[in-house]
Amino acid sequence: MSKTAALTLKDLSCTFHVQGGLFQPARHVRAVDRISFTLEEGGVLGIVGESGCGKTTLARMILGLQNPTSGEAFVHGQRLSELDRRARARLIQPVFQDPFSSLNPKHRIKDIVALPLRAQGRFEPQEIERRTAAILERVGLSTEQGRRLPAELSGGQRQRVAIARALILEPRIVVCDEPTSALDVSVQAQILNLLGELRRDLKLTYVFISHNLAVVEHVASEVMVMYLGRMVERNTTASLFKQPRHPYTQALLASVLTPEPGLGLPDVGLGDTMPDPSNIPSGCRFHPRCLKAQPQCATITPSPSTPSDRAMVECHLF
Amino acid sequence: MSPILEVKNLAVRFGPTLAVRNASFTVQKGETHCIVGESGCGKSVTALAIMNLLARNGQRDAKAIQFSGQDILAYSDRQMEDVRGNRMAMIFQEPMTSLNPSYTVGSQMTEVLRRHHNTTRDKAEQRAIALMQRVGITAPQMRLGQYPHQLSGGLRQRVMIAMALMCDPELLIADEPTTALDVTVQAQILRLLAELKQELGLGILLITHDLGIVARVADHVSVMYAGEVIESGRTADLFANPTHPYTRGLIDCVPVPGKIKPGEALGSIPGTVPVIKDGFSGCAFRFRCAHASEVCTQAAPRREIGPDHVVHCHLPRQGADQ
Amino acid sequence: MPRLRDAGFVVGLAIVGLVFVAAVIGPWLTGHDAFAQDLNSRLIPPFWMEGGSSLHWLGTDQLGRDYLTRLLYGARISLFIGVLTVITSGLIGTSLGVLGGFYGGRIDDAVLFLITCRLSIPVVLVALAVVGLIGSSLTLVVSTLGLLLWDRFAVVARATTMQIRSLDYVNAAWCSGCSPLEIMRNEILPNISSHLMVVCTLEIALAILLEASLSFLGLGVPPPLPSWGLMIAEGKDYMFFSAWVIMIPGVALFTLVLGMNLVGDGLRRAFGTQVIK
Repeated sequence: MSKTAALTLKDLSCTFHVQGGLFQPARHVRAVDRISFTLEEGGVLGIVGESGCGKTTLARMILGLQNPTSGEAFVHGQRLSELDRRARARLIQPVFQDPFSSLNPKHRIKDIVALPLRAQGRFEPQEIERRTAAILERVGLSTEQGRRLPAELSGGQRQRVAIARALILEPRIVVCDEPTSALDVSVQAQILNLLGELRRDLKLTYVFISHNLAVVEHVASEVMVMYLGRMVERNTTASLFKQPRHPYTQALLASVLTPEPGLGLPDVGLGDTMPDPSNIPSGCRFHPRCLKAQPQCATITPSPSTPSDRAMVECHLF
Repeated sequence: MSPILEVKNLAVRFGPTLAVRNASFTVQKGETHCIVGESGCGKSVTALAIMNLLARNGQRDAKAIQFSGQDILAYSDRQMEDVRGNRMAMIFQEPMTSLNPSYTVGSQMTEVLRRHHNTTRDKAEQRAIALMQRVGITAPQMRLGQYPHQLSGGLRQRVMIAMALMCDPELLIADEPTTALDVTVQAQILRLLAELKQELGLGILLITHDLGIVARVADHVSVMYAGEVIESGRTADLFANPTHPYTRGLIDCVPVPGKIKPGEALGSIPGTVPVIKDGFSGCAFRFRCAHASEVCTQAAPRREIGPDHVVHCHLPRQGADQ
Repeated sequence: MPRLRDAGFVVGLAIVGLVFVAAVIGPWLTGHDAFAQDLNSRLIPPFWMEGGSSLHWLGTDQLGRDYLTRLLYGARISLFIGVLTVITSGLIGTSLGVLGGFYGGRIDDAVLFLITCRLSIPVVLVALAVVGLIGSSLTLVVSTLGLLLWDRFAVVARATTMQIRSLDYVNAAWCSGCSPLEIMRNEILPNISSHLMVVCTLEIALAILLEASLSFLGLGVPPPLPSWGLMIAEGKDYMFFSAWVIMIPGVALFTLVLGMNLVGDGLRRAFGTQVIK
C-alpha cells in the first residue's frame, strides 16, 4: 500500500453504563462493538444503519466528542487519543445534520466560520478575515451574508455555512452526519454536489453517514452497514448495491421506496421489534428479525468473513 | 367513485403571509390522494385548514370544502368538533409528541370513542384491543395500560393509526406519518395504511415530501409549491409525463438506487422557496425556473393536459419538453 | 425584546424608569437635605392634607426631616442594594450553574449539593443573625444578601446550560478546538442570557423587599439612612395619627417591586417564545 490510510479504526468500542435506579437495574448499552476498518485517502466511506445501530456514536468517537471504552483510532498514522484539541481540529471536522442547531444563533456567520481559526490561537486578524472570505466564496456565500445571523438564512445556506466552517482549517477528514437529511430534496442535491466538488478540489476524505441509501450510493466509494453496534457488512458501493449479502442489508435495500410508480410496497417482513442496544440478542444479533435465520444463529455469534477482496460480511450464511 | 373530500380554491393567510393561495383537490372514497411538496409549500397548513385547526392568527377562505357531500367550511366550532376524530381523523408526523405522555395508551384510545359515541368503557376497550390487533400491535391487552414512552416509534405510530380508526372515520388525513421512522418500519406502516384503506373503504389524504412514497402509495397526486397546487393527476400519469418545471425538477433531484451514475452531479433546483406576501402576483416558481419569461409575471393558467391531469403553467406543452 | 404592545412590560418599565430618574436627581431637586432635622417642624402632613405646607410636599417625619427628599433618597438605597446584590448573586449563581450543567458528573453533583444546602437555609433568619452579630451597615446587607440569593440563578443557569450543551453548535465548537472555558463563555452564556435577565429582574425585586424587611426589623440599613423599610419602621409608632409616615414609603416600595415584576414578566413572555430545541 503506497497510500497512507486516512483513517484506521482498530476494535473501536463504546459502552454506556446507565445507572440503575430504585426500580431498574443498571444497564450496559453497547452502542459500538469492536469496529475496525481502514479508509484510504480520497475515499468516501458511507455508513448506513437505522436507529440504535451506533453510527452516531461512532461518528462522535472519531470526532473526539466521545471517548471510546476500548480500541484505537488513527488519522494518517497518528493516534487520535494522543492529539490535543487543536491538532485534532486541524485533522478532522464535522458537518452535522440539523442546520438549525449546528450554528450558534447569536453569532454572525463570519464569526461562526472563523471559529476554528480563532481557536487555534495563532492566526492574525487579517489572516482570519482573508481565509473566511475565501471559504465563504468557495461554498457559494457572499460577504454580505457573512454579516448576517443564522436565522436570516435558509436551511441550505446554513448547511453551506457548516461546510465552510468545517473546511476553513483545511482538514484531512470530514465526518458528515446526515448532512442533507434535514433539507428539502431540491436543496439536498445542491449541497451534495458542493460536497463532491470540494472533495475533489481539496483532496478530502469523507465519512458519510446517512439513512438514505440512494444518497449513499451516489456519494460513497465504499459502504459499511451497521446493526446494533456491529459492522455486519462492508463492500465497495457498486458491489454492495448490486449484490448485498447480509440479510439485513438486503432488507434495507428492499425497503427503499424509489419514485417508480406501479411497483407497490415491499414486504420486507422484518417485524416491528425495534433493535435495543441495551438488550442485544444472543448469537447473531440480527437473528430475531432475520428471515433466513437458522438454529445456530440464536446461539453462535458469526465471525466476520471476507468473501472477496474488498468485501466483509458477518453472517452464518457465508 | 364518490368523493369523500372536495376542496376548492382554499386560501390560508397568517397576517400578511399567504401560506396557501390556491389549493383545489378531491379525495375519492377508497383512494389515497397525496399532497407532495417541500417545506414552506403549505401542505401541512392545508390539512389543518380542512380540519379548522389553524393557529389563532390563521384565516382560511375557500370556495368550498365538502366532506361527504356536506359543506364543512361553514361549520361552527361545535359542529367541527363532532366531525374531528369521529368521521375525519388525523395522524401526525411525530409519534413522540402526538400522544400525551401522562396518560396510558388505553385511556387515550377509549377517550376518542367515548367522546363521540356513548359507549361504556368496556366496549371502548374491546374496540381498542380489536383495532390494535388489526394494526399489528402484539399483546394489545397489555398495551392498554402502557404509557407512550414505553413503546417504540413504530409502535406509537401504529397506536396513532388505531386511535384514528376508533370511530370508523370516512377520511384519514396523515401528515408525514413515516418521516420520523426508520426505513424498514416505514414500508410496514404504509402497507398497513393501504390494507386498511381497502378493507374499510377509507379515503386517505397523505401529506409528504417524499416522492418515493408518492409513487408507491398514491392513487392521485397534487404537487404544491409556495401555496399553490401547480400540478395534479393520477400517479402513473404524473410520473410518466411530469409537465410543470417544478415537478420535473423535483423528480430529477431524487436519486434512484441502482440507477445512480457516481460522479455525475445530482439534479437540483437553484434558489430557495419564496415566502409569499400580500400583493404577490404571477407564477411563484418563475424565480427558479429555467424556462421563465415575461408572461410568467401573470397568474399561471390552469391547463388540462390529459384526462385528470392538470397543470398550472404558461409554458406550451411542447416548450416544457425541452 | 418585548414589543411595545405588551402593556404590562411598558407600565413596569415606566415605573422603574421613573423611580430611577427620581432616585438619581430627585433628592438634589427638592432643595432639602434628607438628613437635616428640624424639631420645630415635626410631623407636618403632606400638602393635600389639613395642616400641610407647600414647603414640604410630603410633609416631614418625626424628626422634622423633609419626607419627599427622604423618600427619593430611599429610592437610591433600594435600587443600589437591589442591583449590587443581584450582581453578586448573579455572578455566583451563574458560575455555579453553568459549571454544573456543562460538566455534569461529580461537578454537577457538587453544585446540586450546594444548591440544596442553600435552599434549606432560611435567608431572612441568617441575614438577621449576621447583621445582628456584626452590626448593620449597607455593605453588610449587600454582601449577605448577595451571598445568599444566588440559588435561582444557579438553577436556571444549570437547566438552560444542560439544554444547550448537547446541541450541535456546541459540538462544533468542541471540534473546532475550543477549550471548555471558551465554549462556556462564547457558546453557552450568550444563549442563556435572556433567561438570566428575567431572573435578574425578579431577584432585584426580591432583594429590595428583603432589604426593606431587614431594615424594618432594625437589622438592615442603619439609621439615619432613609431606607424605605426603616422609614416604615420609624413610622410604625405614628401609624394611627400620622398615617402618611408609614403609608408613603409602603406605597413606594409596593410600586417599585410591582414595576420590577412587570418588567420581569414582560421579558419572560418575550423570551419564552424562543424555544430551545
